[in-house]
Amino acid sequence: METERAPFCRPASVFKYPLLLLTVTLLFAGCGRHPAEPAAGTATPKKILNFGNGTEPQDIDPQTVTGIPEWNIIMALFEGLVSYDPHDLHPVPGVAKSWDISADGLVYTFHLREDAKWSDGIPVTAQDFLLSYKRMLTPALASEYAYMIFNYVAGAKDYYDGKLKDFSQVGIKAPDERTLQLTLLNPTPYLLKAMCHMAWFPVPVSTLAKFGGLDKKGTRWTHPENFVGNGPFRLTEWRPNQKLVVERSPTYWDHANVKLDEIDFYPVESADTEERMFRTGQLDITSELPSHKIPFYKRDHPELLHLDPFLGLYFYRCNVQRPPLDNAKVRRALALAIDRESLIKNVVQGDEQPAYAVSYPGTAGYSPQARLTGTVDDARRLLAEAGYPDGHGFPPLELFYNTSEGHRAIAEAIQQMWKKNLNIDVSLRNEEWKVYLDAQLTGNYQLARAGWIADYVDPNAFLDLWETGNANNQTNWGSADYDRLLAASRATRTEEERYAIYQKMDAILADELPIIPIYYYTRVHLMNPKIKGLWPTLLDIHPWQYIDIER
Amino acid sequence: MLRFIARRILETIPVLFIIVTATFFMIRFVPGGPFTAEKVVTPEILRNLEAHYGLNKPLWHQYLDYLGSLLHGDFGPSFKYPNRTVNEIIADKLPTSLELGLLSLGVALGLGLTAGVLAAVKRNTWLDYAASGLAMTGICVPTFVMGPVLVLLFAIKFGWFNASGWYSPIDCVLPSLTLGFVYAAYIARLTRGGMLEVLNQDYIRTARAKGASEIRVIFRHALRGGLLPVVSFLGPAIAGILTGSFVIETIFQIPGLGREFVNSAFNRDYTLVLGTVLLYAVFVIALNLVVDVVQVWLNPKLRFE
Repeated sequence: METERAPFCRPASVFKYPLLLLTVTLLFAGCGRHPAEPAAGTATPKKILNFGNGTEPQDIDPQTVTGIPEWNIIMALFEGLVSYDPHDLHPVPGVAKSWDISADGLVYTFHLREDAKWSDGIPVTAQDFLLSYKRMLTPALASEYAYMIFNYVAGAKDYYDGKLKDFSQVGIKAPDERTLQLTLLNPTPYLLKAMCHMAWFPVPVSTLAKFGGLDKKGTRWTHPENFVGNGPFRLTEWRPNQKLVVERSPTYWDHANVKLDEIDFYPVESADTEERMFRTGQLDITSELPSHKIPFYKRDHPELLHLDPFLGLYFYRCNVQRPPLDNAKVRRALALAIDRESLIKNVVQGDEQPAYAVSYPGTAGYSPQARLTGTVDDARRLLAEAGYPDGHGFPPLELFYNTSEGHRAIAEAIQQMWKKNLNIDVSLRNEEWKVYLDAQLTGNYQLARAGWIADYVDPNAFLDLWETGNANNQTNWGSADYDRLLAASRATRTEEERYAIYQKMDAILADELPIIPIYYYTRVHLMNPKIKGLWPTLLDIHPWQYIDIER
Repeated sequence: MLRFIARRILETIPVLFIIVTATFFMIRFVPGGPFTAEKVVTPEILRNLEAHYGLNKPLWHQYLDYLGSLLHGDFGPSFKYPNRTVNEIIADKLPTSLELGLLSLGVALGLGLTAGVLAAVKRNTWLDYAASGLAMTGICVPTFVMGPVLVLLFAIKFGWFNASGWYSPIDCVLPSLTLGFVYAAYIARLTRGGMLEVLNQDYIRTARAKGASEIRVIFRHALRGGLLPVVSFLGPAIAGILTGSFVIETIFQIPGLGREFVNSAFNRDYTLVLGTVLLYAVFVIALNLVVDVVQVWLNPKLRFE
């Protein structure tokens, strides 16, 4: 099927005035001074990784930030009780060298290693973790990821809400310096996976005490001259909007196995700028690549281009209270009339995987069996059954997305597919990012483009948000059956039991379609082939201590 | 003259007050807030965040609080960057923008004035056509085309510069050329027009009749009057050039104030929006005042009143 190609205006306009520009630039050539000779080759033996990190980090306090760029930096500077395996991100020992789980799955006992130290030389103790989690649960800190702890730990929610004043009633105990015990609300089989997240990292309690105390947000302890961490790297320099530099930490317990000497994080927001910096060797890894450059790299430099599967879903969110999307048949007709393969091949171009269900296939051993199946003829029939034969009488429908060249191209292609396959006219509207988020939050939309990136490698990350009334649901859809299944999944003890319930939940979603899945993301970026020890992972997370640069 | 300046400075106070008030309420009425995120913050966490930043108070109360801290020269904490205040961010970023701005201004004036004067003096010769053509190109080609083309040529093809960044003095060259060239183009056109008008005046003929050399006629007699349109253009232009350029700073990865100015609005970083808007307003007002003073000095027909 023919789909409309995105008219990428910017590169095209470059070619409008080639001769003029050449004249201009040649005239300017005289003005440029010759720069000092760049240090050719590897004059210094230091192994420095130059990493394109997207945006400027808000802060580097693991308990008050939420973004991926922050997470990347914090993984170098801190270490939690458990860490990620560099290949598939399963939990491996971090500060905890081992742990025991009680028979009922409710009590986790972590045994901390003796040689774990902060970068100021002070040992990392169980008390540090206890006080860090207490800090996370302090309302005054207003941590956005506080729920990562209070959703799981017994008594934590009550403490956060102020119903419980005594922290010793919360299920976090440090019986001695090297033992930390967590008591959970429910046996949460994916707890260790969730605990790899930065929300569970410790903060340097003694340093924080010097800068306004534990429950103060945004104090100066994260400035480079004050900073203390416990990760494989330590902070040496932070020049906002320029770069953030970390070097190998001599106090890290496993420092002998850390291969890089230094990582320079470059906050480059523009993907085009990143690509140019990659070409001049200023960056070894970019955080993304403009989609119009993918075909070029595929053809000429496949060794630099990486298209890695990424645990995220691109979908269209339906407001099921607004006609015509209040009718499940209409939602199904729309979902079936999208040719996902063609969309990916011709518009998105990043070798994404078409999505026919909500959960990501192969998440920690789980693949949804439910699958959106049907032909375009089925879609037409469903539309007719809904009362709109051949699109006649179809009410106005508006597809809403945040302003971006890429989302527009996809929306236009799908608009075209719906016109061709269902003979319906859908209008498009775009708004700036926060206006767009606010409209979805307040239910002020009909059909909206959306994305969801998992925080941990478990199917629950895609399923729990469709619970009735979940703040991230935003579709006005809810199902008592679905909620019951979700509650049941939280009480299960084995993975098989839990995944069997998830299959039923995925089946409900594929049947009712409060959201129309379109594709599963890939992470598209460029990487210097000399970088070793960096394997594609579903969260695009790469524990820094395993990465090396070939000389 | 001093009275004139003093009065103008006093006049800025109500202007700034109106700007602060309008900006404060406009940014608050835009949908979405500093904590609106793709992954929604749960209601209890949102309440605590709002309490932390005082957003739970009535709007008029927040407005008075803000005015109060402004009187102490405190722009408040940034919402986006919790460990930095707006004062720190401005103090950190403004020098970079000034540096880039002054260099670009040098490029703009050097190229623009030379091309403009040459074009006017050698009117309707190939020099005039070349200078005017170049100026037209500079006006037509947007910086987001010019910047990447310069990078492709001089950084990627010839390898003389970094593709972007602001790490060593050499990194200033491409951005200031890109930014300066656009302004040079406007200055060249304005200079040419101003000079042409002046060169037809009687007093120029008188100067020539008295046997003054051509160089003296141009620089001593004509340029002063010919620059008048350029000067009135330069006021707002310098304010814009010094407070940073979002496009140039993004293309070249420069840690200037222009990016903060634009991104703060996208981030709904209320205090940073107000701080940068206020700073920009002060720049525009101050430079317009300078322009007025310079114009009186250049043009004997004007008086301070």
